[in-house]
Amino acid sequence: MSDKQLMRGSHVIGEAAVRAGCRFYAGYPITPQNELTEYMASAMARTDGGTFIQAESELAAINMVIGASMAGARAMTSSSSPGVSLKQEGMSYLAAQELPAVVVNTMRGGPGLGNIAPSQGDYFQATRGGGHGDYRSIVLAPASGQELADLTRTAFDYADQYRTPVMILGDGMMGQMMEPVEFPEPLDPSRLPDKGWRLDGAKDRPSRVIKSLLLDPAVEEELNWKLVRKYEAIKRTLAGAERFMTEDALVVVVAYGTAARIAKGAIKALREQGVRVGLFRPITLYPYPDQFLRDMSRTVRDFLVFEMSTGQMVEDVRLSLEGRGQVHFYGRPGGIVPTPDEVAKVLHALYQREKLGELSQKKEMGHASAS
Amino acid sequence: MEKRIFERPRYLKEAEFHYCPGCGHSIIHRLVAEVIDELGIGERTIGVPPAGCAVLAYNYLDVDMGEAAHGRAAAVATGIKRVLPDRIVFTYQGDGDIAAIGTAETIHAANRGENVTVVFVNNGVYGMTGGQMAPTTLLGQNSTTTPGGRDVIRDGTPLDLSQMLVTASGSAYIERTAVNTPKNVRRTKKALTKAFKTQMQGLGFAMVEIISQCPTNWKMGPSEACRWIDETMTSVYPLGVIKDRVGDL
Repeated sequence: MSDKQLMRGSHVIGEAAVRAGCRFYAGYPITPQNELTEYMASAMARTDGGTFIQAESELAAINMVIGASMAGARAMTSSSSPGVSLKQEGMSYLAAQELPAVVVNTMRGGPGLGNIAPSQGDYFQATRGGGHGDYRSIVLAPASGQELADLTRTAFDYADQYRTPVMILGDGMMGQMMEPVEFPEPLDPSRLPDKGWRLDGAKDRPSRVIKSLLLDPAVEEELNWKLVRKYEAIKRTLAGAERFMTEDALVVVVAYGTAARIAKGAIKALREQGVRVGLFRPITLYPYPDQFLRDMSRTVRDFLVFEMSTGQMVEDVRLSLEGRGQVHFYGRPGGIVPTPDEVAKVLHALYQREKLGELSQKKEMGHASAS
Repeated sequence: MEKRIFERPRYLKEAEFHYCPGCGHSIIHRLVAEVIDELGIGERTIGVPPAGCAVLAYNYLDVDMGEAAHGRAAAVATGIKRVLPDRIVFTYQGDGDIAAIGTAETIHAANRGENVTVVFVNNGVYGMTGGQMAPTTLLGQNSTTTPGGRDVIRDGTPLDLSQMLVTASGSAYIERTAVNTPKNVRRTKKALTKAFKTQMQGLGFAMVEIISQCPTNWKMGPSEACRWIDETMTSVYPLGVIKDRVGDL
């Protein structure tokens, strides 16, 4: 392990990508993630075998990544919300052609042109496919500088292992914050296992085709179910979450990324006042850690979903709990970044309501047993 | 004693073409396969087919092929070539793929001087989808989306992508040919050979625009379609060298 370095989030992703063997990056400038594109420009220039292209659009960039991936390289592109919309066609093709790639979305206020402030409004786009057709991408949600480093490495490994696109879902705040980070030793991409499906010229072997056009519906159906089986394997093995002070919590906040950091601040402050609250932080948004949440509902009845949006992940929380417990929501969309104080107020109010409810329930039961 | 003087090229698979009778794709596929064989590059060639009638080109050309979304072939080819610079990468695209939806990717690949070879099949219409207007449809030419013929006010004039690419500094060799006569077929083969050689020698972006007959959507018989190219299409799209920075190869 190397020493800890103080580094901006966007740069952490870039450095982690290079150390993970990324040798192809194509991107297009868009605020608030230009630091990552610029980092890759100089990193690829000084790395043997590295290629950086400032593409003519985000659409061109994802298609260059598709080509690079077909040729067997670890390839990455990055953008922010409006640019990621342009990449959705490419995501569908990557999934259908079973090609590995890493796509970084540093979310900003939207919809439309929106603004450049941090937001979490692309959750649906990221986790529901985003492009056309029946597919999913693996979605990772870092919440710290160290996680940006670790999950970027993980993203490339998962992409290769499952032959699927992996999205790193961050936001403008993640991109800018500076935290101490420890990177693993760089890996040599030439020592990665050979990709026996890649297109490198049919020498001493039959020619290969990578395509997604399957005109016979029976064959197309087969591919769709094959992808489903892949996603089921992904669901069984990759789901991850952090539990913070949840063991005796009366109310658990469910949040990811920057929202989770804000919630943690609120929870720590409230805990000092003896308020029993905690945080469930999904680290993988696809696969969603639904089983962990269901397990928690055995001891926790109230969940406060907190997102920097009008409410997208809250649907996955409801789906996970399957009617158990009560799901509440608090959100600020459009690039507003609430303070821990604001979240603490909401959380505390909910906690007190539920505690009162608990007390009055006990009273009723007391009367009932007395009479 | 029998002597074999003509056979299926090594790089054409033993598959029956699905193309319409009289379609230029059949000839062009064969020429591409012959050129790849004669240049000895078949084992290190990777092709990118279009969305269009030739979407199934991978069923016919016996080289590695990676499908691109409609219009994106130049970007996909860029990715492949940058990762594997010693391989030969070509795209095979129709007029809609390259000059409508793929215009930006094509111009910028040429501008960056991507060392790839582009086979641009221009039949002045959208074949696969049933005969709609293409960027290269002529004024007055009928199509399913230009009732009464292409109209300059509503539809603009035909677009000349090859001319547009002249000013892109990275384009090294561009020629327009046709496959409607034996002489033109031979000329096309020479142009394709030069376009692949341009890449082999690392000289920049090379493209051959091949005027191709589409009897089905032009609503003509094959012979009439071949004549129509000489009589009408080549006055808007004249055959010949459009840019040549590479000289004799």
